Amino acid sequence: MKYLKQFTIILGVCLLGEALRYVLPLPVPASVYGLVLMLVFLLTGLVKLDQVESAADFLIGIMSPMFIPAAVGLMDQFSSLRAILLPFFVINFVGLVITLGVTGRVTQFVLKREKEERK
Amino acid sequence: MSQLIQNCASFGLFLTLGAYLLGVALNKRFKSPLTNPLLLSLVIIIPVLLLCGVDYDAYYEGAKYISFLLTPATVSLAIPLYRQLDKLKKHFKAILLGICSGVLASGLSIFALCALFGLSHTDYVTLLPKSVTTAIGMSLSAELGGVAALTVTAIVITGILGNCLAVFLCRLFRITEPVAKGIAIGTASHALGTSKAIEIGEVEGAMSGLSIAVAGLLTVAAAQVFAMLL
Repeated sequence: MKYLKQFTIILGVCLLGEALRYVLPLPVPASVYGLVLMLVFLLTGLVKLDQVESAADFLIGIMSPMFIPAAVGLMDQFSSLRAILLPFFVINFVGLVITLGVTGRVTQFVLKREKEERK
Repeated sequence: MSQLIQNCASFGLFLTLGAYLLGVALNKRFKSPLTNPLLLSLVIIIPVLLLCGVDYDAYYEGAKYISFLLTPATVSLAIPLYRQLDKLKKHFKAILLGICSGVLASGLSIFALCALFGLSHTDYVTLLPKSVTTAIGMSLSAELGGVAALTVTAIVITGILGNCLAVFLCRLFRITEPVAKGIAIGTASHALGTSKAIEIGEVEGAMSGLSIAVAGLLTVAAAQVFAMLL
């Protein structure tokens, strides 16, 4: 019963996210609107942490397999991929390595400098 | 046989979860980025579908039930973020600067590589949103004149690579701070990377989830400028 209640609250916020997407025509998915809304509700106390926490942790815990159906969609793209296969993979791989490296190093650099300033 | 499977809604769902659990079991046995459960699931599911002559739409008929949970799961990412709010406030500057530099690095590296390979403008804008979450990336690609279906493929490949390599790359670049790890993984490989960050730790997962939203929105703005480059 506890899970059902919590899941219903989370779905309610999803619904509000979808409504917001309908009103604001930005290329932002309903789930991102929902994430921001949920954070606002928690901050304002409209939703209490213990009213959603268990169901949320459960959903986050099983998040990985939720991506599989979309990823299997790769199978329909094989023919259009063949022409640009090598550059496509190289760009994906190198782009990922550079983006992850730069983001992590910059964040860590600023974090460490802040720590030193505090000393 | 294929006729039976085509009409059976539980098939897609069972195959998806079964392949994933098998992947998790193999990953426990042989620890390596190559035995990543997501990667193994694809290696199992796609050949099974091709061999049984089941098309993607018939598979998705069952598999959509687990896909549906993505929206409530993404909304749920607000909960670990709320629990880590002190960290977010305290390191606000580092987090924002990190994500901004990541969005720029992503755009610049894709621009440079596309120019190097001599790809067309269409291929370039198709690849530009590859580091952001699917729903944002798809609509952004379509808006810029790219091929949305190929963008989804690029997003998925980037995400799986991020999921497989996150731990290794953090070690390689000597990223040790949990906050920096989470921000890096989320900015570079969106929600698929985030599902790995969650496994690493609560702080990593929360920060990675935050990056999905922030990097996604910044990319929408930055891509308008980047699209004019090539």
